[in-house]
Amino acid sequence: MARSDVQLMLDVKAGDEQSFALLLQRYRSPLVNFLYRMVRNREQAEDLAQEVFIRVYRARADYVPSAKFTTWLFRIATNLALNSVRDHRHQRMEISLDAPVTTDAEDGDERPLDVADKHPDIEQHLVEEVRRKMIRQAIEKLPEKQRAAVLLHKYQELDYNEIAKILECSESALKSLLFRAYEALRVELAPLVAHLMK
Amino acid sequence: MSCVRIESRILPYVDGRLKASEQRELERHLAACPACRVRVNEFRAVAGLLDELPQIEPSGGFDARVRARVAAEPAKRSWWAWFAPSPRVAFAASMLLLATIWIGSRPGPVDSPVDVASKDGPVIIDANDLPVLENFDVLSNFEPLTDLPQPVQADDANQQDSNSNQQM
Repeated sequence: MARSDVQLMLDVKAGDEQSFALLLQRYRSPLVNFLYRMVRNREQAEDLAQEVFIRVYRARADYVPSAKFTTWLFRIATNLALNSVRDHRHQRMEISLDAPVTTDAEDGDERPLDVADKHPDIEQHLVEEVRRKMIRQAIEKLPEKQRAAVLLHKYQELDYNEIAKILECSESALKSLLFRAYEALRVELAPLVAHLMK
Repeated sequence: MSCVRIESRILPYVDGRLKASEQRELERHLAACPACRVRVNEFRAVAGLLDELPQIEPSGGFDARVRARVAAEPAKRSWWAWFAPSPRVAFAASMLLLATIWIGSRPGPVDSPVDVASKDGPVIIDANDLPVLENFDVLSNFEPLTDLPQPVQADDANQQDSNSNQQM
């Protein structure tokens, strides 16, 4: 039977390095994805995810399982991501309308799309790309805290109570925050939503 | 239930995270409110669109980089570890104890004349201890001092006391 996160962390506290490797294996992908969607830069997301794991490791001696492990883990990640977004805000460039269309950045391949691509259905591929890009940009336009709430809710599937603890707000405040975020996404993605509603 | 009140419940409803009683209450409202029904369907559509974004995988060297950073971390001793018995600490403590006992068992310094005098009798000042009287010869021959009445000698004083007692 798989050991719980808390048990693994207690084992790390007791000096079991192998348990840390298991936690790393369990959470590297969710963390990198969450951070990537927060900061929109793969390299930076991986650096931040490494920092999260290092902070967890450094805190092992003082670890007390007072909350769910994921609450603690994503609170560290969220704080790092929010700080990073604020630090890099001035460096971020607005996406130019005449910027080249790129393939899906989430595939880790941001090369410009080659029209002469050997893709069997280039039109369909382009439509999907535009669609994904719209969704990514809609998420990116959300204020940082709303973005974090949506990502934790939608992609990490954490409980409202847990997300509220991570974002240090009440559960009702979180529900209100999420409602505003989904409202903003609904407006931003109106053409796609309307298409789906037909 | 008003439309404003159900706003914060729409998303939990779409997620299927509402309690059964709350869900029934909300569905009653939706049955009577077309605007909220549309809103619920739009939120469902948004949630579906968010699902379209693919996951990314961490790069190949990610684990290795984390492990390298972990390995570079200094070994951390807990606060209580400082109290754990260690040969070096035990040796240092023993030496400190022995030194304390040895210092405590040494004979104390000889009481100075001033100390003795203050306890048992008239004050006798050791001229060598007073910097003012360092040059005792000069002071003893200092002319204004020679004009002062001679101090009463201890033996003379005792004799005078005995004489006065006899007279009484």
